[in-house]
Amino acid sequence: MSKTGSFSDIPGTYVMDSRHCRRGYHLNMFCMSLNKEDCRRRFREDETGYLEHFPMTTEQRQAVIGRDWLGLLRLGGNIYYTFKLAIFDGLSMQEVGGLMSGISEAEFQQMMMAGGRQPIVTDRKEEREDR
Amino acid sequence: MAIIVYNDHASAFSLELIPTFAIGVAADFMPADEGYGRRPVPAVKGHPELAWHLAESLVLDEFDMTIANKMDVDHGLTVPLSIMFDQPDEWPIPVIPLCVNVIQYPPPTGQRCYSLGKAIRRAVDAYDEDLRVVIFGTGGMSHQLQGERAGLINEDFDRRFLDDLSRDPARLANIPHVDYIREAGSEGIELVMWLIMRGALGEHVSETYRHYHIPASNTAAGLIILETDESTGVTS
Repeated sequence: MSKTGSFSDIPGTYVMDSRHCRRGYHLNMFCMSLNKEDCRRRFREDETGYLEHFPMTTEQRQAVIGRDWLGLLRLGGNIYYTFKLAIFDGLSMQEVGGLMSGISEAEFQQMMMAGGRQPIVTDRKEEREDR
Repeated sequence: MAIIVYNDHASAFSLELIPTFAIGVAADFMPADEGYGRRPVPAVKGHPELAWHLAESLVLDEFDMTIANKMDVDHGLTVPLSIMFDQPDEWPIPVIPLCVNVIQYPPPTGQRCYSLGKAIRRAVDAYDEDLRVVIFGTGGMSHQLQGERAGLINEDFDRRFLDDLSRDPARLANIPHVDYIREAGSEGIELVMWLIMRGALGEHVSETYRHYHIPASNTAAGLIILETDESTGVTS
């Protein structure tokens, strides 16, 4: 197993390795462009038209337009980048966290205030191997 | 003055260019527009003389730094300043930004970060002027912002990490990336930056302050002050 393959069994986690970076490069660079006010204005005026400037796949475009936060990660997006789109929409990290993990913003905040999502036994390779 | 080890969050650097370690040698650094407009905090004043000395010393000491003459700085650098100095009209001290890649896998190893910190200490010690230097190691403790596992926190991992900054930094330097990702969350790997701070403080440190809190905002927050006879490290 390659060094970069050893985290592939961690559930619900999309590591930005070389494969992920290559798949998501243009998607992430679109997100990066939202750091500029002029780009935010152009995207606001015409989302689909603005996306034409980036050589993304059809699935990636649909995920952006549909704000499919988990889909964006599966298509090569990285949260440091896709969060630029959430900022654009005025969403908090708790809202996006909830949308990616299938709970409401209020439930997500409640979980955080109770100490966060606990690592579970199945996240841990050695404990799985012990069983 | 302060050396602040921090990570950029797709602000100054995109996927076009991914420096593992970048040192800012400019006279000033503007707060970045991270998508909200420029953050309303003062511009950061640099310390070009010491920054260039560090850059030269570190490269000759075989740490191949990227040298940045122009670099916007984002919340990764300015939030620790705000925690330290609140909301002044201008920051009271000059700052040398040392930006570490923790977004693209693999970030530098803990061991490499620890060694870089030791090299920073050698370079600061060799500097002619007698300066009072603080080094900030920053970054969230356990946290995961992404995926179905978003919101992951591991308080046990974090508390052991805080303990071992003074007790057993060599253990921390040997934590492999996969363990950070698994145990402390995909963004918990930001903790490697704390080891640069730790390396710069020398072999023995005493802990003079500690605070640990899990806020609603996704990221376990640790604040610890470590001191040696001659240097102070702050991390947050």
